Amino acid sequence: MSSPSHSHSSHGHGEQPLVGHLVPMSTLIGTGLGLILLTVVTVAVVEVDLGELNIVIALAIAAFKATLVCLYFMHLRWDKPFNQLMFFGSILFVLLLMLFCLMDVGQLRKTIRGGNPTGVQAVLDAEAPTAPIAKNKPQ
Amino acid sequence: MTTLDASRPTHLNIEASSDNYLTHTRGLLSWAFTLDHKRIGVMYMFAILGSFFVGGVFALLVRTKLLFPDAVNWMTAEQYNQAFTLHGAVMVFLVIVPSIPAALGNFILPIMLGAKDVAFPRLNLASFWLWIFGAIFVVISLLAGSFDTGWTFYTPYSTRTTLGGVVWVITGVFILGFSSIFTGMNFIVTIHKLRPPGMTWFRMPLFLWALYSTALIQVLATPVLAITLALVAIERVFHIGVFDPAMGGDPVLFQHFFWFYSHPAVYIMILPGMGIISEIIAVHSHRHIFGYRFIAFSSIAIAFFSFLVWGHHMFVSGQSGLMGAVFSLITFSVAIPSAIKVFNWLATLYKGSISLNTPMLYGLAFLFLFTIGGLTGLHLGTLNTDIHLHDTYFVVAHFHYVMMGSALIAMVGGLHHWWPKMFGRMYSEALGKLGCVLVFVGFNVTFFTQFMLGSHGMPRRYYLYQPEFQIYHVISTCGSYIMALGFIITGICLLKSLFSGKPAPANPWGGRSLEWQCPSPPPHDNFPTTPRVGDCYDFSIVRWDDSAGGYVVDRSLDPELNPNAPKRAGAHH
Amino acid sequence: MTAIDSHAHSHGDADHGHHAHSEYPFLAHHFESPAQQFDSGKLGMWVFLATEILFFGALFALYAIMRAESPEVFKYASHYLDTTMGGINTCVLILSSMTMAMAVHFAQRSKQGPLVFCLFLTFLGACGFLVIKYFEYTHKIHANLVWGPGFYKPVEHGDGHAGGHAAADAHAATATPSSPNAVMTEHPVLGTNPGLASNSPPLFKLPPVESSTIKPLPAGTPGVSLVGEGDETQHQAEVAEAAHEEKVHLTDPEMPLNTHRFFGIYFAMTGLHGIHVIIGMFLIGWLMYGAAKGRFNSNYYTPVDLGGLYWHIVDLIWIFLFPLFYLIH
Ligand SMILES: [Cu+2]
Repeated sequence: MSSPSHSHSSHGHGEQPLVGHLVPMSTLIGTGLGLILLTVVTVAVVEVDLGELNIVIALAIAAFKATLVCLYFMHLRWDKPFNQLMFFGSILFVLLLMLFCLMDVGQLRKTIRGGNPTGVQAVLDAEAPTAPIAKNKPQ
Repeated sequence: MTTLDASRPTHLNIEASSDNYLTHTRGLLSWAFTLDHKRIGVMYMFAILGSFFVGGVFALLVRTKLLFPDAVNWMTAEQYNQAFTLHGAVMVFLVIVPSIPAALGNFILPIMLGAKDVAFPRLNLASFWLWIFGAIFVVISLLAGSFDTGWTFYTPYSTRTTLGGVVWVITGVFILGFSSIFTGMNFIVTIHKLRPPGMTWFRMPLFLWALYSTALIQVLATPVLAITLALVAIERVFHIGVFDPAMGGDPVLFQHFFWFYSHPAVYIMILPGMGIISEIIAVHSHRHIFGYRFIAFSSIAIAFFSFLVWGHHMFVSGQSGLMGAVFSLITFSVAIPSAIKVFNWLATLYKGSISLNTPMLYGLAFLFLFTIGGLTGLHLGTLNTDIHLHDTYFVVAHFHYVMMGSALIAMVGGLHHWWPKMFGRMYSEALGKLGCVLVFVGFNVTFFTQFMLGSHGMPRRYYLYQPEFQIYHVISTCGSYIMALGFIITGICLLKSLFSGKPAPANPWGGRSLEWQCPSPPPHDNFPTTPRVGDCYDFSIVRWDDSAGGYVVDRSLDPELNPNAPKRAGAHH
Repeated sequence: MTAIDSHAHSHGDADHGHHAHSEYPFLAHHFESPAQQFDSGKLGMWVFLATEILFFGALFALYAIMRAESPEVFKYASHYLDTTMGGINTCVLILSSMTMAMAVHFAQRSKQGPLVFCLFLTFLGACGFLVIKYFEYTHKIHANLVWGPGFYKPVEHGDGHAGGHAAADAHAATATPSSPNAVMTEHPVLGTNPGLASNSPPLFKLPPVESSTIKPLPAGTPGVSLVGEGDETQHQAEVAEAAHEEKVHLTDPEMPLNTHRFFGIYFAMTGLHGIHVIIGMFLIGWLMYGAAKGRFNSNYYTPVDLGGLYWHIVDLIWIFLFPLFYLIH
């Protein structure tokens, strides 16, 4: 059964909530500023060409920002373990879908066709027969 | 049997007064806006049974056409395509997916927990109305030109077909998906937060374990279906190029996304059925369920594995060889927890004192049909045999054995099991048994033939076929008529009981869990205060009581509920 | 109830329940304590957020697959998106997320005034996000940087001068405002946009187009003349180069196949996210109304908390959308 996260001692309209966790204002502002800073960093980093590493860094920063939002804005750090499991578990299921599909697509990469798909070619023939892209006829 | 002072009440002695959930308030609006989980469950039940009738009519139309190998003048090939599509879509999305959780689960789950309601009664009502809106959209799609994509909406056909109902039905299924999600959310939270004192996780009735695993799948898989179908609709209208190869999209990707939901969805259908069977078999054998923890864990295991095997639907649809092998391999792992359940049910029956009531007949039918359905699934999960059997009647037979022979039979069995509780009336056992036998026989005649048909090479969904297959089709269609007769008799049996059935006792079968300890039909609030529970499969404290006309759970004999209880052999756990 | 149940074995919760219901008017009849109700609400919300994650997750998976299939499309097309606007929007959403977290904080401390104020700021943030998104969308739509077949259609003009080739756009951009071609000048690709700047609210001053990643076409860029005169081939090559430099996609020979798919998934994902922002605005508006009525205090603030969780997940999804679409090197 559930148990209150805080004692019942603070009835009425006190400084402590009856249930749940109070995150101090300084933490919230600090987190917000940190997130803005990280946004600036991620925009700046993209100007540097690091090849494949660019996307890795961008995603790593995004994941770090998301973690900050979760832990502090969403109080997940102080929440029930099952709520934490629910959240991170759902991400695992997304990764599962992504991974298996990527494995399949990766296997079939070679067979993907060249040339414009028929629908695109139809539009180009009708609307923009001279556009350079129109030269990519289906093979 | 009992040595206690006779003046001391020994069971939950809630007065069976005239006030119950059916009579608590009156008027149509008191039902339409009710927050009572029991009423919502009952409304769900009648809505689902109505859809079941509609889906059944489509099935009979299809089967009747297939009596003849050639074209018939009363049904064109296009109409035939629409008929089997509608049969599939109605039966899957409107009937089987919501049937057990939303109808029976809604009614029984909070009572089993001794709770007054589910955690979010308003969300529960919203779920029901979303179901209604979803059904309305399906009807609109019929008026807007119908659809013939098959219930799977495979691209590129679904993005290209000229019939006008596709976007409407997709909207309907999208809405139905959220109805299902809301039910799942409610059940997860209710089971986590509203369990009564004494009911640890491993004291829960197995039906609750089944509903819990189901709810996890509903919550984790259904959103993917929703977004996938939304993308099909968007692709159809805006041609964004995700699934339609004419716009550079990948139609196989649709199948990945679709089956990411729809394979787990077959466990949304079957897991609650398995939960019902666990209840029925234990109660009607009057014997402690065998291997409780194995059955409970296997439900969770099935829920988890169900997410890892979706590619076995795509062995021949352009999936890469590597993924085919991986998915085939993992598919076998799902067979293990399913087999664990079957063996435990059989072990429960062994040396039990079996009462062959109607629900028990359905339970036994389930064991038979599920075993066939499950084992033929292995033929299809095996990469090389599936090449031959894919998209033949073998597949049709297999999933009907599982989805209808198992999930729906369990639903009907559960309906008979809890019908006296829901409406306070006993039905005619003779009629009930007759219906069950006819359905069982009709079902096997219909679908066992289709295994042969399929292994001989008859493809599914075909309007015309070689005359050599006709004999099988004729037998199969005759079986479907027998089955229809069985369902009609069952319907008459249940409806008749509402008007002329004799009043049901609180506990007609000898159940032990909490729903059998509150009156039939239950009062508005179920229990005045949450009762404490012991081992819900310990039937040694259940005894027949002539004055009650049914069984009584003698709580004074349970040492967990009464410290002064006499010591008994075999009552520990 | 029998002696056995409610007395001999009475569980503390049962008695506590009746006591709790009179003490806490907000406690629903089927819960026994505020903690049980609060925990149930939280768990329910987290389960719902899990469905949201899978809902968007399928789209992220789709994105990953499409990008793995054709990385060149994403690399190429990403440059049509305005990083400045996207970056500002990210900050707006982060700040609104912060004010939402503050709102929860004030609700927990029964500070009604600051609660309403923080909710209002959050609401403003949502509005700001949508306004900026609106301008981004209209830019894309006017430049035919859209999903599906529309991507391949030459840009139409208000005066009915629909060019058979994209070159007409170049004339439009270089024309004076009095020219008939300049009736609709919101062409983001091709130049400054006086109409847009004057219409935008001062609160959300848009950056001048020059400072963004999109640069105007230099005046005097020759159009693609298909009725060839002079050295046609060389002429066209020049135009094509200029087009590539200046992102006129239809005349760009270096545009990869199926570039429209990038915009398909871009509009699908940001559109779905936008719908969530709109739902969030209704939610925050409703919370503001409740807060102004004084419904929330340190004993009962569950709706603010749950609304906050929803708003944070909207923020969280955007945190991923931003680098995935705008920041591709
Ligand atoms: Cu499957």
